[in-house]
Amino acid sequence: MTSPSSGEAVAEPASNGLGWLLEQRVLLSIAVLAVLPWLLPSQALAVNVLIYGVVVMGYNLLFGYTGLLSFGQAAFFGAGAYFTGIAIGRYGVPWFAAVPIAVLFSTCLAALIGIVSTRTRGIYFSMVTLALAQLVYYVALQASSFTGGENGLRGFTVDRINPFGLQVNFLDPVNKYYVLMAFAALAMWFQSRILNSPFGAVIEAVRENEQRARACGYDVERSKLIVFMLSGAISSLGGCMLALHLSIVPLDILHYQTSGMIVMMVLLGGARSFFGPFVGAAAFLILEDVISVWTPHWQLFVGAIFVLFVLFLPKGIWGTLLDTLRVGKARS
Amino acid sequence: MDLSLIIMQLLSGIALGAVLVITALGLTIVFGMLGVVNFAHGALFMIGAYAGLYLASLTGSFWWGLLLAPILIGAFGMLIEFVLIRRLYGRSIDDPLLLTFGLSYILVEAVRIVFGSDGIPFPTPPQLIGVLDLGVGFFPRYRLFVIALVAAVLVVLWLALEKTRIGLIVRAGARDPTIMQVLGVDIGRVWLAIFGLGVGLAALGGVLAGPMRSVNPEMGSLVLAEAFVVTVIGGLGSIVGAVVAGLMIGISISLVALFAPEMATIVMFALMAVVLLIRPEGLFGVRGRTV
Amino acid sequence: MPKSGSTPKITRRTALAGLAASAALLAMPRLGRAAEETIRIGFPTPLTGPFAAEARDQVKCAELAVKLVNDKGGIGGRKVELLVRDDKLNAGEAATRTLELIEKDKVHAVVGALSSAVQLAVNEVTRARGVIYVSISQSDTINEAKDFSKYTFHEALNPHMTTAAVARQTLKKGMKVAHLVADYAYGHEMLRGFKRAQTAIGADNVGEILHPFGAADYSTFMPRLMSMRPDVLCISNFGRDQANAIKQAVDFGVKQQMKIVVPVILHNQRLAVGPDVFEGVVGGANYYWGLETQSKSAAAFNAAFKAANGGAIPTDYGAYGYSGVGSLLAAMQTAGGTDTDKVVDALEKLQYDLTKGPQHYRKCDHQSVQSVLVLESKKKSAMANDNDLFAILANDSGSDDMLRSCSELGHAT
Repeated sequence: MTSPSSGEAVAEPASNGLGWLLEQRVLLSIAVLAVLPWLLPSQALAVNVLIYGVVVMGYNLLFGYTGLLSFGQAAFFGAGAYFTGIAIGRYGVPWFAAVPIAVLFSTCLAALIGIVSTRTRGIYFSMVTLALAQLVYYVALQASSFTGGENGLRGFTVDRINPFGLQVNFLDPVNKYYVLMAFAALAMWFQSRILNSPFGAVIEAVRENEQRARACGYDVERSKLIVFMLSGAISSLGGCMLALHLSIVPLDILHYQTSGMIVMMVLLGGARSFFGPFVGAAAFLILEDVISVWTPHWQLFVGAIFVLFVLFLPKGIWGTLLDTLRVGKARS
Repeated sequence: MDLSLIIMQLLSGIALGAVLVITALGLTIVFGMLGVVNFAHGALFMIGAYAGLYLASLTGSFWWGLLLAPILIGAFGMLIEFVLIRRLYGRSIDDPLLLTFGLSYILVEAVRIVFGSDGIPFPTPPQLIGVLDLGVGFFPRYRLFVIALVAAVLVVLWLALEKTRIGLIVRAGARDPTIMQVLGVDIGRVWLAIFGLGVGLAALGGVLAGPMRSVNPEMGSLVLAEAFVVTVIGGLGSIVGAVVAGLMIGISISLVALFAPEMATIVMFALMAVVLLIRPEGLFGVRGRTV
Repeated sequence: MPKSGSTPKITRRTALAGLAASAALLAMPRLGRAAEETIRIGFPTPLTGPFAAEARDQVKCAELAVKLVNDKGGIGGRKVELLVRDDKLNAGEAATRTLELIEKDKVHAVVGALSSAVQLAVNEVTRARGVIYVSISQSDTINEAKDFSKYTFHEALNPHMTTAAVARQTLKKGMKVAHLVADYAYGHEMLRGFKRAQTAIGADNVGEILHPFGAADYSTFMPRLMSMRPDVLCISNFGRDQANAIKQAVDFGVKQQMKIVVPVILHNQRLAVGPDVFEGVVGGANYYWGLETQSKSAAAFNAAFKAANGGAIPTDYGAYGYSGVGSLLAAMQTAGGTDTDKVVDALEKLQYDLTKGPQHYRKCDHQSVQSVLVLESKKKSAMANDNDLFAILANDSGSDDMLRSCSELGHAT
């Protein structure tokens, strides 16, 4: 676990400017996100970058930092959204209480799926998570009295919120963006704490070499389960944000294509880099936005770009960029 | 409930299982030999259906489509292995999976561009239209044909693997590729052939499914999930496992359809969860095999 | 597709300056648009996905409706612009695109959608923001008080109307009826409609089977359906589910034993599956081009569409695009502009006849009262040409009696 980290999982000594900057990753990331709505063509796109950024960030904990390729992250994204919507719409829970409740319930779901799936290894893990997430999809489809089934969950529009006694119109896109950004900031701080903690070093060790980690006395199975739950919890927060943003929960959120999209985003941005998920989410969504205006066959280009990334840029946009910067630093 | 209904139900379960077996077979063979999970398997199944339809209309006979489409698409699969997947051997085991995942997007969209996004009718071959009276009820001739053909393919595959020299090389290569190379076998060529075979089987599944379902660009995505469940239950890489699990799922779905039809899709995922809790490596999987 | 012009850039820059200074949580002052020169109609529709063909027809027809108004000088001198967006048949995507249309493109109204879930998602976004939405996708749910708002209008038929019309043509007293139903809201709505109609007619229910939504294989349901020995099999599902279910029912020899009936028979689905499989299947529809022999409006609509699209014929879902946008624009004409309350008022009072005969929006739930066609798929040898798909069995003219009552839907009467 003292092996030099190729990402930024373990805080590096602030010996140079870049290292110092990377230590401030949470603040820097928030600063970038704060100006995002004014850089992108629409607020709706910026909010999506925020939401998917958080979902992918949670997934990055599992795939990037721990090396577990799950194809079922949509289950937790969706769970966060559904539990938020159900809490607000069905039980009249205020929105600020609905979010932690939803994250808690989603984490329980992650524990259930994790108990089954973390028993398996390698490729098996990918396929099992995929299939279990599909099971969640079908359960949500069937339990229509709770979830609205195929019609999706509706009837929980939050149009006005009162943080610290302020009256804020939540339908205004700018207000909504910054409220949701606060959630994203919280998630980033939480993830950063995990990565900097001793547990962060444990999962790093599990990824590098499971046998060795076990020999060092770590409880690998338990660590995997915990990281699965933490990852699910963070991704579910993205789901809560989506529910508050759209005021609906579409059933498609649970479909395995959503899981696939999350995988694509993390690889585009850069697995095992702190800000990579947001870069990946932005790159994917902008790509889709731009190409789908130009041709209905945008999936052809998205697929091709993804294949090229797997072949030639496995560290993604952000990971490659950081590597280049590091090499530059080392030379100078 | 009368007996003849249950027999008919079992039979439709077996027919359904036969399609599941043929789609899962290619996936599991490629995994067993190459350690590659082919996420484009569903897309290649769909392309097989389109190729079969195209060749059938070109030659005027379903049978040419059935014969040529798997060969053609199998050759296309070899091209994929040679150009793309080969570069990833020695890298993380996740990389081929991710690559084929991206590839499936390209393939589906390419079909949409060439054939349009609507479904296309795939007529049942004239010799097999209609039903056969089995005494207990009527059953579509075409589905009986599918059961028979899948059984024949399984026998041929089994003979090829167990009784021929090539089969011996393939089986040994799956167990230890390094030794094989030391012994002077060009393992790259074996892998190329196996990948082609796996893709060819996917295409065969597609052609067979064509006359039973409408042919459309999205038809592969559901099949992929089903094939995954079958291979996971059967044990990744196990041919016997794929056969047993495929039939088991087909029959379970069919019997559940009698009592709680709306649960027919959920049952296979539930079955998988149960199997995994008891045997994480699947029914016929090798314990400790991780990749 | 034209994106909105230079005004948003100013907003962005102004706001950026403000952002640096103050807490960003406060509402940004929104710059009003100086002169509202064009009328913008948002049009989300699934240009990609399984209903892409229907969606393209919807767009063509909606564009035709816009063009006809613009050719006559627009509305109060203002040109109309249609902003088409791909909702990918995904409710989340549709909600996002609708938000974008409202927030960024500042559309005056939204028309569109092609799935029950997508229209409800769009409706949720528009009604919270007080934007008029004319839905052109089938659903019973959108009529009900829970999803209704004064801004919500429903131009499409609903399952209640189509099943009643189809049942009237196909069921008789004492007949045995079985149902194969997709297990989701829209499927249940169709089943409810059929059962209500069959009870009124006096037909017997011999069984119903729910199948998973989106299933590819229906063979496992067939032995049980056959063992029920019905005279009529009602298949209550939609799109590809319908195509697969009918195809496999035919494979099992179902048609030799019973008649197959569906709530909605789709033009493009019939093309995708072929004449032999669909032969003799009866279903409801909002529009069929062959109506031109009975209706002057249909003849005029066909002619206009053919002229604009190189001789092609308009399809069922395309016609919704035409009448949905057409009725909205007609109401804007009456209201003399885009003032939401005035347009809502005008829509409620509007009597229109765009594709097939008189239509109006019922006051309580804003459901379009309109005629329902019952079609039977033709035998291959009976088809005069490639477009000659159906025979028209009935053309039930529209009346309020076709709909569920306002009080049943939960509206104050």
